[in-house]
Amino acid sequence: MTPRAALSTTVFGLSALGVAAYLVVTAALVALVVWQSNRNFAAEVLDTLSAEAETIIAMAGDRSSQAINAGLQRLHTRDQHHHPNRLYFLSGPDGRKLAGNLAQPPVGWSGKTTGGLFSYKTNGAPSLRTAAGLPLALDDGGFLVIARDIEDQRKFVNRVRWIALLAIAAIAMGGLSLGFLASRRVLSRVEKLTTATQSIMAGNLSGRLPVQNSGDEFDRLSDSVNAMLERIEQLMGGMKEVSDNIAHDLKTPLNRLRNRAENALRTARTKDELSAGLGQTIEAADEIIKTFNALLLIARLEAGAIEETKAPVALGSLVAGAAELYEPLAEEAGLRMQIGHLPEVTIMANQQLIIQAVINLIDNSIKYGSKHSAVLAAAPDADPPHHAVHPGQITVDLVKHAHSVDIVIADNGPGISEHDRQRVLDRFVRLDKSRSLPGTGLGLSLVSAVARLHGGTLRLEDNAPGLRAVLRLPI
Amino acid sequence: MRVLIIEDDSETANFLIKAMRESGHGAEWAADGITGLDLAREGAFDVLLVDRMLPELDGLSVIQTLRKEGNQTPVLVLSALGEVDDRVKGLKAGGDDYLTKPYAFAELLARVEALSRRATPGEQATRLVVGDLVLDRLSHAVTRAGETITLQPREYRLLEYLMKHAGQVVTRTMLLENVWDYHFDPQTNVIDVHVSRLRSKIDKAFDKPLLHTVRGAGYVVRETES
Repeated sequence: MTPRAALSTTVFGLSALGVAAYLVVTAALVALVVWQSNRNFAAEVLDTLSAEAETIIAMAGDRSSQAINAGLQRLHTRDQHHHPNRLYFLSGPDGRKLAGNLAQPPVGWSGKTTGGLFSYKTNGAPSLRTAAGLPLALDDGGFLVIARDIEDQRKFVNRVRWIALLAIAAIAMGGLSLGFLASRRVLSRVEKLTTATQSIMAGNLSGRLPVQNSGDEFDRLSDSVNAMLERIEQLMGGMKEVSDNIAHDLKTPLNRLRNRAENALRTARTKDELSAGLGQTIEAADEIIKTFNALLLIARLEAGAIEETKAPVALGSLVAGAAELYEPLAEEAGLRMQIGHLPEVTIMANQQLIIQAVINLIDNSIKYGSKHSAVLAAAPDADPPHHAVHPGQITVDLVKHAHSVDIVIADNGPGISEHDRQRVLDRFVRLDKSRSLPGTGLGLSLVSAVARLHGGTLRLEDNAPGLRAVLRLPI
Repeated sequence: MRVLIIEDDSETANFLIKAMRESGHGAEWAADGITGLDLAREGAFDVLLVDRMLPELDGLSVIQTLRKEGNQTPVLVLSALGEVDDRVKGLKAGGDDYLTKPYAFAELLARVEALSRRATPGEQATRLVVGDLVLDRLSHAVTRAGETITLQPREYRLLEYLMKHAGQVVTRTMLLENVWDYHFDPQTNVIDVHVSRLRSKIDKAFDKPLLHTVRGAGYVVRETES
């Protein structure tokens, strides 16, 4: 991180702008105050002087230089030690100095001058001092100047001005330094984020942006980016799983297809045998297509872009329709389908996906609810077949809650053991017990994906005995 | 029946032409959208098979252009894009039916034949008759040889669809789509069970079966077995 980089951040730019604005306003303010107080002070002094001039004239009795001189002498002896700043200069009609503690009148002043500031030099003093003075033309051609030394006030104002300027400069420096430090801090956070991002881009998908737990804007940003990375990693994991599973679970049926074709070619003697072999080959191809379609659908669902396809769906009718479609099939399989009271609940959903999900659940319950004896035979670790004596029953219910609705499909087949329940929601997971049954192994994961996409859940519960699948959708 | 196949893959096209001819239909082939549009404009086709992705002009544009020009030849859209919304797009553009690749030829043939029948009047007949089986679409009454047959509403709609397409093979997917309005791939023989229930009602008590299973394709309602 170079200092130049710290100077080009937004934070530094903003603080520099703030400092500049502060400088302009404060400098203008100080200048105004100084100028105004100088002006007021000078005006006040001149007012006092003109009042004093009137007093002197009144005391002297007339406006001749002699009378004034006498008056001044009296005034001088009486007041001088009270007014060390009081200055005056009196000249007679001939222009010669008669009295006064000023060595000479202000340069260029005459009786007609209006008065104001001037500089003078006292005996022995090294530098010029400033005074405010008022000239008076006397009747006999004499000339009087009364003045006040205001050098101390001027110095005070100057000091104030300097202090103000120093303060402004200090504040400006402080502001810029703080801006620079803040900028460096921001940059160092950004640097850390960049390093983490680069490591993630380089393939370290489990890497995350650093979070300092201060709850500041960077933490909030990092948190949401991390959540995004989490999801991406999940999706990538899903993709990897899919490709692994495609490799595993599609290769098997592809190989089966190939074997059947090869077998027909090798062993078929008659046209009929050849046709039968080809028929089997086509069946195998159809199975692969089904698996492939289901896989594509799940992948698309997990990409999660169905928002615009949602429309009001009347769930009661939908579930009733699906149950009606499968009722004969259940009966054929020796199961009794009990359809509960299905209240009409309308939700925003993708109708075809919900139908597909409900049908998958019913299809599953028929497939597994009716196969308990076969499954038990294939599964030595299963419970004693006490439920085999019960007639199979499938129940279809719709339960409305305040903010959600449950579609409940239950059977009393062998069920799924607790530790397998989450696993069957994964793609292609078919418990070993069911390897012999037809199906892609994608049914429940598809239902689960549909639920997730609608902000709902799929829960698998123990129906004691059997499986109870609860598809919960938000209303 | 003459079918125009607009499909850019020559192997698929050759397979379709051959299979169509074997089924007794005439077939012609256009390998891109522009040629297909020109051939379709010349008319005299009963059904158009249009692939969605074509060189020069895509399938949906071909259909839209034809429809704008007032050409009402039935169109079966063929596509690898098989999601519900793809299908809706295909039908909105003016397609009459939609079939996702890969498909079984029996499915395609059944749909093409159903479409060609649709182009001829008779769809709106109030009485459907096959042999001695009569379905009255006004009173919803079904009789066979004068005997009343009681059907559930869904069974009635199933029979109505089959009889409307009497003599034509109707596939399971077509039944699922047209009778139940479900657009998905049933994993089990769910349709077969419904058909066999219907069959037990309309055929069981009678000598001559009218509802036949066509192996590897679907079902057909007709008077004779052949």
